[in-house]
Amino acid sequence: MIEVNGITKRYGRKTAVDNLSFTVRPGHVTGFLGPNGAGKTTTLRVVLGLDRPDAGTATVSGVPFRSHRRGLRHAGALLDAQQVHGGRTAAAHLAALARSNGLPARRVADVLEEVGLAEVARHRIGGFSLGMKQRLGIAAALLGDPPVLIFDEPINGMDPEGVFWVRRLFRSLAEEGRTVFVSSHLMGEMANTADQLVVVGLGRLLAAEPAAQLIGRAGSLEEAFLRLTSSSVEYRAEERR
Amino acid sequence: MTDVIAAEWIKIRSLRSTFWTLGLTTLFVVGAAVVAARADYSNFPQYDHVQQAGHGFALSDAFPPVGFMAVMLVATGAGAVTVVSEYGSGLIRTTTVAVPARGSVLLAKAIVVALLWTVAGAVMSTLSFVVSQAILAGRHADVSITDPGAGAALLAATLVGPVCALVGLALGVLIRHSVTTMVTGVVLLLLVPSMFTTRRPWSAAVNHAMVWSAWQRLTRTYGPPDGVGSLYASFTGSWLVYALWPLAALVLATVVIRWRDV
Repeated sequence: MIEVNGITKRYGRKTAVDNLSFTVRPGHVTGFLGPNGAGKTTTLRVVLGLDRPDAGTATVSGVPFRSHRRGLRHAGALLDAQQVHGGRTAAAHLAALARSNGLPARRVADVLEEVGLAEVARHRIGGFSLGMKQRLGIAAALLGDPPVLIFDEPINGMDPEGVFWVRRLFRSLAEEGRTVFVSSHLMGEMANTADQLVVVGLGRLLAAEPAAQLIGRAGSLEEAFLRLTSSSVEYRAEERR
Repeated sequence: MTDVIAAEWIKIRSLRSTFWTLGLTTLFVVGAAVVAARADYSNFPQYDHVQQAGHGFALSDAFPPVGFMAVMLVATGAGAVTVVSEYGSGLIRTTTVAVPARGSVLLAKAIVVALLWTVAGAVMSTLSFVVSQAILAGRHADVSITDPGAGAALLAATLVGPVCALVGLALGVLIRHSVTTMVTGVVLLLLVPSMFTTRRPWSAAVNHAMVWSAWQRLTRTYGPPDGVGSLYASFTGSWLVYALWPLAALVLATVVIRWRDV
C-alpha cells in the first residue's frame, strides 16, 4: 500500500507537485499517467524518501520510507534504467545491492534468471541495450522480494517480447498480493496492463479510479487521457496546416 | 553496518579502474624515489662533509614530493569518484532506496576508501623507502627505519593517501560534480599551502594547517627540523592536521547528505 497525503514539492519557483493525494492498493497493477512535467517522477521520489516534500506525507506500508534502515525488503524500485555504472557486471551491480541489505547471494542468480539475464550476468552493463538495462532494473527491484514495487517507465526501449513479458510479470506480482505502481506515457500499454489508474497533470490529481471505468466513459484510454489532461499539458506542438 | 561496508567493497573492487589506478600510482611513486635517490647517489662526491655525514636528503629521497603530490592527487580523485560517479550516473538513487540511512552509506564508503588507501599507501611508502635506501646504501648515506624521524615519516607517507581520499570523498558529497570536485581538492590540498608564506605568523598559521605542509614536516622534505625554523609546522600539529581535515570534511558531508534531496 502506498499512501500519498497532500504532498507539495517545489524546486525553486516551480511547483512540481501541488497538494497531491491518492492511494495505491495491494493486489492491483496501478498505472500512473500524466503528460511530461506532470510531476510523476517527483511523486515517486517523494514516496521513496529521496526528496523531502514541502508539505504533506507519503507512506509505504504505513510508514515513511526513509524511516527504514534498509529498504529492499520493503519496496523495490526502478526509477531510471540508465542509472547504473557501465563498468560493473550485472552480477556485481546486484551483488552489492543484495549485500547492503543482508540478502543471500543466491537472490542475485534468482532475479537474473527471472528477468532473463542469467547468460549475461558476467557481462559489463555498459554493453547492454536499453531493454536489457530495464530488465536489470526490474531485477534490482525484485531482489528483496518486497510487498511494494514501483516502476518509472519500465518498458521504454523494450522489444515486443519484453513488453509482453513485463505485462505478465506485473500481473503475476499483483496476483501475489503485492502493490505494483507503474508510470508510463504509453496509453495502449497501460490499457493492457493496469486495472487501476492515477492520472496527474501539472502536479495535481486529475483522476484515480478503476481503468475499466475511465476507459468505459471515453471509449479508449487514449481519449480519456487527452480529455483529462487537455488543460494541463505544458508543451504542445503547433497544429500543421 | 558490516553489510553496507561489504556492499561498498563489492562496488569498488568490481571496477577495473580501481586496481589500474593503484598499480600505476605505485609505479610512479617508486619511480620518483629511484630518480631522487640516484640523483643524490651521483652527486654525493660533490657534497660537503656535513651533508655527506648527515645525509638529511635520505628521507626526502624515500618520500619524494613529486611522487607524493601524485599520490595526493590520485587519492583525492579516487575518494571523490566513489560518490561523484554515483551522482553522475544517478546510481545514488538506487543506492539510497536500498539503504535509506544515508549516513550509513557515507560511513561505509569512508571505511572502505580509508582501508584501501591505507593498504595501498603502506605498499607505496614501504617500496619507496626500501628501494631508495638500497640505492643510497652504495654511498653509506641510507637511513634505517629505526633512525630518528624515519618511522614517523613512513607512517605519514602511508596515511596521506587515506587522508586525501577521505577529503575527496567528502568534497564529492558536497559538490557532486567530478571536475569541480577535483579542482577544489587540488586547490585546497596542494595550491593553498604555496600561496601562504611561512615568513609571517598569520600566514604561517594557515600554511601549517594544510595537509601538504603536514606531510612535508612529517616526512622531512627539507631535512631534519632543527635547521629549518618556521618553515615546518609542529610535529603534533601536523598529526592533528592529518586527523582533523578528513574528520571535519566528513562531518560536514554527513550533515549535508542527510538534509539534501538525492
